[in-house]
Amino acid sequence: MSGPMVKAEGVHKRFGRLEVLKGIDLEVQRGEVMCMLGPSGSGKSTFLRCINHLEKINSGRLSVDGELVGYREAGGKLHELHEKEVARKRAEIGMVFQHFNLFPHMTALENVTLAPTRVLNVSRDEARTRATEVLSRVGLGDKLDTYPVALSGGQQQRVAIARALAMQPKLMLFDEPTSALDPELVGDVLDAIRQLASDGMTMIVVTHEMGFAREVADTAVFMDEGAVVESGSPDQVLVNPRHERTRAFLSKVL
Amino acid sequence: MSTSERAQEPKRPEDIEAVPVRRPWRWVAAAIVLVIAASIVRSVATNRNFHWDVVGHYLFDSRVLHGVLATLYLTAIAMVIGTVLGVLLAVMRRSPNPIVSGGSWLYIWFFRGTPLLVQLFFWEFIAALYSTIDIGVPFGPSFIHLHSNSVITLFGAAILGLGLNEGAYMAEIVRAGIISVDEGQTEAAQSLGLSRLQTMRRIVLPQAMRVILPPTGNETISMLKNTSLVSVIGYADLLFEVQQIYGATYQTIPLLIVASIWYLALTSVAYVGQYFLERRFGRGFSRAERATMRARWLGRGGVTAG
Repeated sequence: MSGPMVKAEGVHKRFGRLEVLKGIDLEVQRGEVMCMLGPSGSGKSTFLRCINHLEKINSGRLSVDGELVGYREAGGKLHELHEKEVARKRAEIGMVFQHFNLFPHMTALENVTLAPTRVLNVSRDEARTRATEVLSRVGLGDKLDTYPVALSGGQQQRVAIARALAMQPKLMLFDEPTSALDPELVGDVLDAIRQLASDGMTMIVVTHEMGFAREVADTAVFMDEGAVVESGSPDQVLVNPRHERTRAFLSKVL
Repeated sequence: MSTSERAQEPKRPEDIEAVPVRRPWRWVAAAIVLVIAASIVRSVATNRNFHWDVVGHYLFDSRVLHGVLATLYLTAIAMVIGTVLGVLLAVMRRSPNPIVSGGSWLYIWFFRGTPLLVQLFFWEFIAALYSTIDIGVPFGPSFIHLHSNSVITLFGAAILGLGLNEGAYMAEIVRAGIISVDEGQTEAAQSLGLSRLQTMRRIVLPQAMRVILPPTGNETISMLKNTSLVSVIGYADLLFEVQQIYGATYQTIPLLIVASIWYLALTSVAYVGQYFLERRFGRGFSRAERATMRARWLGRGGVTAG
């Protein structure tokens, strides 16, 4: 199938009276890496969470791989998807969180094999083989039987990336993957994401790492107060921004 | 991990050899406690009114042992019913459906709000309220027709009374456990495509266990002793059996001691079970370090890897 991987048209999201997203329009093409930047509270994370339906949007249209998120269109009407269908679609999208959210009662290997065996019904042996492979790919082949508590933040985040990759997703969402890490641990995590980018994975990365965004992103998006202020090539947005707000933000973080 | 890394270091600097701070008051406090304990033990051992010979005589009496088994059996079944019911009620309580969560709330409100002893009497006299039990379509025809007194025997009344009451308390304990698990865990599980049921079973409950277990140990110990309440409806538990004996021999105190010894023994076994369960469900949660007994006494810096 062709067409964009993610397409948002006029996406609005409210929490009570607070309008967090005020009409987002954007497209992410297949194989594209999009980095989203902006001050905290600008709605970047909320938008990411809408994409795998952890949050419901209030208006607009949001689709992944040509299918609406959370709804089915039939007879000119939107029908809410059943929980099982939502879960099936989530399984195709990998998500990495700021605070890793590894399952602390499971070893690294168990964290990675859980979803393939329980959701995709992959056999235990196959899941183990695949998990060992993805954990080795992020440099943790020697930590299979270690519990998260005994891993550094950077290692935990790489297990989280491996956990998402083991589901062979068609889209990866990163929600500030390095914001909770000590500076010297950021590099290994960025390396893992960089590797994915060069493998052609479609990704949306919410990040404050400007250097990383310039290097890896195909598109950079700057958001503020629930709206996209500007988007374009990283050089355009991060080096020669057209908008005053972008410039003001960049001067503070750089 | 740290020990193996340390071992690989080429030259390890010598440990500090300092004279520990003297803590004379620790020794004084210990002496006071020991003296008090010794005087209690002496008075109990030498006071003839305790009739230790009678205690020894009845400790392994077959009626007493029968009572011990009945108490154990009652505790085990009531706790199983209570725990299963508790998990169910706790999950219902968190349901988005207000009728379901309201039903759970009402159940807990009722069973926590009335005395267990009164509930036991109600189950004993259930036949006075409902002489028959019909199983069938609600508001429609019934297929099975039973007499209450034949279904709810003394044992049935005891189990229902203890188990249903325990369910209300366990529900709150399980709910506390579920709340204690970070929401990010649920989100991570959902974003991997796990269903709500799978998330609850594989991710939330195993972590909630860490919080659920200590109060559940408490509940089990309470239950071991609360089973003695069923003696009032005439079920032959440990207390009931010793009451039967001293009713005939008038050796009340020694037989109550026999019962107490058995209750203590049973609760001690519960401690051991709790220890192992807590260790099992604590996996992955701590790099625990604890001071050894010796270090605590000698006042050494005193933290060694556990």
